[in-house]
Amino acid sequence: MIPFIIDGQSVEGKEGAHILEVALDAGIEIPHLCYNESVKPYGACRLCLVEVTRKGRTRMTTSCNHPVMEGMEVFTKSEKVLRARRMIIELLLGMCPGDKLLQEMAADMGVYDVRFKKGEKDCILCGLCARVCDEVVGAHAIQFASRGDRREMVPPFGEEATNCIACGACVVACPVNVVGMKDEGDERTIVRWKRTLKMKQCKVCGNYFAPWFQLEKFREKAKLPKDFYDTCFTCRS
Amino acid sequence: MVRLSSPQELEKYRDQILSKRKPNQPLITVCGGTGCHASGCHAVVDAFRSVLQEKAKGNGIGLRVTGCHGFCERGPLVIIHPQKVFYQKVKPEDVPTIFQDTVLKGKVIESLLYEHPVTGEKVVSEEEVPFYQKQKRMILGNNGSIDPTQIEDYLAVGGYRALAKALFSMKPEEIIREVKKANLRGRGGGGFPAGLKWEQCRNAPDEIKYLICNADEGDPGAYMDRSLLEGNPHSVLEGMIIGAFAIGSHEGYIFVRHEYPLALENVGLGIQRARELGLLGKNILGSGFDFDIKISRGGGAFVAGESTALMATIEGNVGEPRAKHIHTVVSGLYDKPTNLNNVETWANVPVIINEGADWFGRIGTEGSKGTKIFSLVGKVNNTGLVEVPMGITLREIVYDIGGGIPEGKRFKAVQTGGPSGGCIPDSMIDLPVDFDRLTEVGSMMGSGGMIVMDEATCMVDVAKYFMNFLKDESCGKCTSCREGTKRMHEVLTEISEGRGKPEHITLLEELGWVTTEASLCALGGTASNPVLSTIKYFRQEYEEHILNKRCPAKVCRALLHYRILPDLCTSCGRCAKACPENAITGVQKKKKEKGEPFVIAQEKCIQCGMCFETCKFDAVEVQ
Repeated sequence: MIPFIIDGQSVEGKEGAHILEVALDAGIEIPHLCYNESVKPYGACRLCLVEVTRKGRTRMTTSCNHPVMEGMEVFTKSEKVLRARRMIIELLLGMCPGDKLLQEMAADMGVYDVRFKKGEKDCILCGLCARVCDEVVGAHAIQFASRGDRREMVPPFGEEATNCIACGACVVACPVNVVGMKDEGDERTIVRWKRTLKMKQCKVCGNYFAPWFQLEKFREKAKLPKDFYDTCFTCRS
Repeated sequence: MVRLSSPQELEKYRDQILSKRKPNQPLITVCGGTGCHASGCHAVVDAFRSVLQEKAKGNGIGLRVTGCHGFCERGPLVIIHPQKVFYQKVKPEDVPTIFQDTVLKGKVIESLLYEHPVTGEKVVSEEEVPFYQKQKRMILGNNGSIDPTQIEDYLAVGGYRALAKALFSMKPEEIIREVKKANLRGRGGGGFPAGLKWEQCRNAPDEIKYLICNADEGDPGAYMDRSLLEGNPHSVLEGMIIGAFAIGSHEGYIFVRHEYPLALENVGLGIQRARELGLLGKNILGSGFDFDIKISRGGGAFVAGESTALMATIEGNVGEPRAKHIHTVVSGLYDKPTNLNNVETWANVPVIINEGADWFGRIGTEGSKGTKIFSLVGKVNNTGLVEVPMGITLREIVYDIGGGIPEGKRFKAVQTGGPSGGCIPDSMIDLPVDFDRLTEVGSMMGSGGMIVMDEATCMVDVAKYFMNFLKDESCGKCTSCREGTKRMHEVLTEISEGRGKPEHITLLEELGWVTTEASLCALGGTASNPVLSTIKYFRQEYEEHILNKRCPAKVCRALLHYRILPDLCTSCGRCAKACPENAITGVQKKKKEKGEPFVIAQEKCIQCGMCFETCKFDAVEVQ
């Protein structure tokens, strides 16, 4: 275990851990958007900035991907950090003025006005949907395209997400809830990626419980028998 | 096919090459750099070829198409050896006369000589050309003597001697010590001590190490690396092989931006020829050391020049930078220790090995040793590539080498370091140029772009131009860089279009602050420099735009006010015909009638400037 200090409080983290997860475990709040414990840190939103002093040098850096190091001192609420965080949330709000979560976070930081032309986006480009799809699910159905202010999260070439198994992981992972999943009759749609798949019906209870495509993928991967998913999860237990 | 398997064989081969080249042999060299391509050097080369074919077959008069000489303003450049007569702006029509008079009879053609723009003095040889006099062409100098496609030309000027010395007379640790002692700092922009980087990479515990040459050169207006790779690719290759030996790497990459086809071709050819001769590949010169190089091409993104983004690109991933909590010398390409250096940095290595760190250390300043190649462009008489010792002043570069500002206009500022750099005003023209001095004043050395600006340059427009570039080139990952550059560009557009508000300057400063402090990589980290440095040194200009809705340099279209001066107007009516908005009315002069002065209806005027361009009597005033 590696000991260090956050805001004057002694904490310790495992080898390979990062500042943010240790802070959150210790009950120290650091605002964050693109961090999720199920995937590797990405460092895109820049909200989790902290000041780190080590070996006489102080740097402002993202806490989600800064490795824990012995003897370092972390400041999560210094003037510089607060100033940067306020500007970042203002920029995010300017990009997606309609997002409730952003509005709340901004209000918490005392930011109410956006001094720029209001944008009309809803996606905050945190990448969690793609990261979860890549690292946890392994479907690789969506990815970032284009750069700069034209950056967006899309299925390949903006067409149908043919790798998507409609598992809904991206829906859950999205901090601002802009992906959306709809079940209508025997169809499930992941709204943002315009992916609609037919669902399989349980032999026992008759409910549509998961998409055929998804179940087939699981069956292949885990080498399960053909009738394995004829019964839904609820009925099987 | 000769294959050299020892330093002795290398020297023997070199002697053979030299013995076939007599010092007073007649030779015509034509610069084949991309700058001269654009001025039409190919037609000149073809003209020489046909003249030689016709009139001098078997006469032993050589024709060599060489690398870039640097004086791109005056291309096509032709030098007649052995007299070393320097001809500039040569046209294909001049070729027969050059052949008859200069090549055959040694007579100089006055009209093709370089003429000093102020004194009118004509100069015969390259060394006497004022453009070259304050330069120290340690790295670029050989370009003019070699055909980049002929490795024998490089050998003839002493090429690969440093490699033999490094492999056979020095140990890797010694080489690193020498490079550290020379204090060679990275020429790509970071200015990080190369020797230290090499040492860190060498010490990283892994059998497999990679070496990379960064030839992505994305700064608008910068073409130093291009000319080095096009004009003398072997100087870079030699540096890389020495570096690989010092670090313990056996696999290298040259990452060339896709937009440099000639560089790609020449460096590819160089690699092939070096392999054939045993200077690259397995058992180099019989030393037992293996090292080979692959070429990787960029995909058209400025951000791919950032070292971690570059490595991601080589791996086949999107060129997005990553956090450098763990440095690339420890874990870089394919998670292996990787040493990345810029083209010009690599080209300095053979010089340091040949001449020694002490010799190298005598050039330049305390903190910045050696020379730097700058692309001197913009409002300056002599545009081109200049190589100068560190510590030379901006004044010397702009006036002595650059020949001053054209059309007698006033010098206003010089922009260094590309989109990551800043503007330095005329009050600081005596600033010595080196890494630290430039950073101190709010700019940076960068890769060597140097854009000269005169009184007709609007500094708000300059900031807007760079912001537009950066917002397009940002990879888009970090909120601070993506949104910061976008909003800075937005505010600058508002200011340049007459909608500036007093609070905009503070807003720009705040946006600039957060973009620098919160971004992941150097693109975001330096993006605010063009804005902040122009605000720092040219605040009044911003205020003029915002408070008085005026652009003093008369650049920002929306703030221009066109007016016809009634005293000068001859009523010819040309402006009215040219106006796309039919905004100009008046009574046209007829044979016997005088007519009346024309007037521009301000509400219809779109400030296109056509009337100003069309008027032959200077009667249109722009304010």
